[in-house]
Amino acid sequence: MKARVFVTLKSGVLDPQGKAIQHALEGLGFGGVNDVRAGKLIELDLAEGTSEADIDAMCRKLLANTVIENYRIEAVG
Amino acid sequence: MKSAVIVFPGSNCDRDLAVAFEAVSGTKPVMVWHRETELPEGIDLIGVPGGFSYGDYLRSGAMAARSPVMRAVAEAAAKGTYVLGVCNGFQVLTESGLLPGALMRNAGIHFVCRDVALTVENSQSIFTSRYEAGEHITVPVAHHDGNYFADAATLDRLEGEGRVAFRYGESVNGSARDIAGILNDAGNVLGMMPHPERVIEAAHGGTDGRRLFEGLVEGLLERA
Repeated sequence: MKARVFVTLKSGVLDPQGKAIQHALEGLGFGGVNDVRAGKLIELDLAEGTSEADIDAMCRKLLANTVIENYRIEAVG
Repeated sequence: MKSAVIVFPGSNCDRDLAVAFEAVSGTKPVMVWHRETELPEGIDLIGVPGGFSYGDYLRSGAMAARSPVMRAVAEAAAKGTYVLGVCNGFQVLTESGLLPGALMRNAGIHFVCRDVALTVENSQSIFTSRYEAGEHITVPVAHHDGNYFADAATLDRLEGEGRVAFRYGESVNGSARDIAGILNDAGNVLGMMPHPERVIEAAHGGTDGRRLFEGLVEGLLERA
């Protein structure tokens, strides 16, 4: 089984990478990009039967820094 | 005085920190590999060095903070052993929960590598006892993720308890309240982004970092 974990900076936390991407898009002439937030996608290939609680623990213990980041788990397939 | 320097794969300031410990104390620190589960007996001071532990993959300091040796460091810190984390070491200490807050990408995006002016905010800690409170010193920084973040309540608590050890004299990386280094509540753990070990000899272009190590050694000998 596979799961995807999306890690994003909490709203209100400055995202310099997002800002750089936004400026680059503007530089390419794309107007109307009000804001960009960059995050991480982590794909996990897991043993069958891995519980949601286990994946949640992986996020809390390592994959996300909950001081500054949120995470969202998506089961695949 | 017996000291140890932790070595993670990717650390590149571990030897600089070891040289600083030895130059000031006269004894060579034990270099402890990240896979070790125990520290040698009788260690008084642990250095968590700068560099790019585990390539800074995932987040700066995140994997190092979960390495076996850091459990031993946390246990030692809880018992009062002194811990100094510099640069990536500061990131490791926040990631491991030994210090509050987090270090994020520099607000200006760029890697910052230059001398910066610091204000010594607190001269009461063992790390800052050789400085005057309010003194200005010059120490180099070299980091991409030095933007210190903590919520307002945590920042107020740090300030109120005198746990801000060093503050930048200017905005260097976007750090909340220009914080460059903080202490834990017991005062035995210091994390800082600037590199005091890079300014301990006149040949380095400055010696403002030397007194941090001298204060540590002096304080540890007094306690012995």
